[in-house]
Amino acid sequence: MKEMTFYGTALPGLELEPYPGKLIVIEGTDGVGRSTQIASLRAWLESRGHAVLDTGMTRSVLAGRGIKEAKQGHTLGRLTMQLFYATDFADRLENEMLPALRAGFVVLTDRYIYSAIARAVVRGADPDWMRAIYGIALVPDAVFYLRIRSAEELVTRVIFSGRKFDFWESGMDMYLGEDFYSSFVKYQTRMLKEFDRMSGEYGFRVIDSSQTIRKVAAELRRSVARVIDGKAARKARA
Amino acid sequence: MTVDRQHGFPGKLFVVEGTDGSGKSTQLALLHQWLKAEGYPVFFSEWNSSPLVKDTTRRAKKRRLFTPATFSLLHATDFADRTERDIIPPLKAGAIVLADRYIYTAFARDVARGCDRAWVREMYKFAVKPTIAFFFRAPLDVAIDRIVSGRPELRYYEAGLDMAWADNAEESFTIFQGRILAEYDRMVEEFGLTVIDATRSIETQQREVREIVSRFLTDEGGAAR
Repeated sequence: MKEMTFYGTALPGLELEPYPGKLIVIEGTDGVGRSTQIASLRAWLESRGHAVLDTGMTRSVLAGRGIKEAKQGHTLGRLTMQLFYATDFADRLENEMLPALRAGFVVLTDRYIYSAIARAVVRGADPDWMRAIYGIALVPDAVFYLRIRSAEELVTRVIFSGRKFDFWESGMDMYLGEDFYSSFVKYQTRMLKEFDRMSGEYGFRVIDSSQTIRKVAAELRRSVARVIDGKAARKARA
Repeated sequence: MTVDRQHGFPGKLFVVEGTDGSGKSTQLALLHQWLKAEGYPVFFSEWNSSPLVKDTTRRAKKRRLFTPATFSLLHATDFADRTERDIIPPLKAGAIVLADRYIYTAFARDVARGCDRAWVREMYKFAVKPTIAFFFRAPLDVAIDRIVSGRPELRYYEAGLDMAWADNAEESFTIFQGRILAEYDRMVEEFGLTVIDATRSIETQQREVREIVSRFLTDEGGAAR
């Protein structure tokens, strides 16, 4: 059982009580392989007998659909976008993550507040404003940051995966370059820099994701096992 | 842009605040008519009006998905869209913007629903500071009478029924409005709200409002620089 710790002010009306579950965050920039790793980690955890809940950005019942619709039109202002994401986050925290943690689940979350903060900050939002809003976030049991060395390496992955460049993942709203390729590289380079900056502040455990998928998966399993079994468990930094 | 700092835009922003039933919307509508008749470019913006957020809010209310935190955050999202779309552009163009409810509504309601005072204020830090924020102050019983007699049934969130303060909607509404009024009262000094005694006649209040607004206007049809 672990005490609940929050980055800032806890959610209104929340009863602070120790919880038996584990909150494990998988962070990393677009195209780094987070979903692949989470799917594999989930199967592995379930085979070990753990109940797993997985969640991720814009999947909330409350705001998920609204955000997706707003992103279609590209009419979403920057402040509005950040607050819409924060609404989505709060809904998932209160209605999915906290109940699952109280019930003893391992909660695997595909991104957490760090991606939201990084995206906002590279778009010029006040970093202190973002941190204050996300003060409602529970400090996770561990944050694994899937780190890739350069944006160029990400581009290669996007192209080889056969999926098209995404408007927002390429930062096209920021007018950084004249085409998707150059915009993507510039945007993701800024994102990587922002993640590196947050790494120390939030106690990320860095996993070199330039390695093969299998090596990353093996490293993740070893580290997650340590968190769950409580060996050498090191809390993410508040 | 912060609520502590005066904006540098050429336009003027007048907002009305107050509990439900205080008569603020009536006063703002009269002010709007007058300013239009005087030839000023006027934009009107009201609470909960972002087209981007509307569907989400409607669904959440219907299905009762809100907690105090998400209620607060989604209203801030709505307000951010209004700010970016309806408030800043006309202010930059030198127009007069009239807002029916502003950040103080969020501060009063969200804190009444248990949100942290500092957290809510921080969230709205991006808001443009109004030229004048009118607070139409009506005693609790007057405001409640106006709402309850004019409406067949109080809505779930409007009555604060999600907070489980009381079983009955009217009783819950009364508790909620009492807390909201207490929050408004403490904001008068904090934010320098201009208090208008809402127990007086509509005409008397409107005369006072126009007198105050006219101090910030110039004669040549645009807002004062």
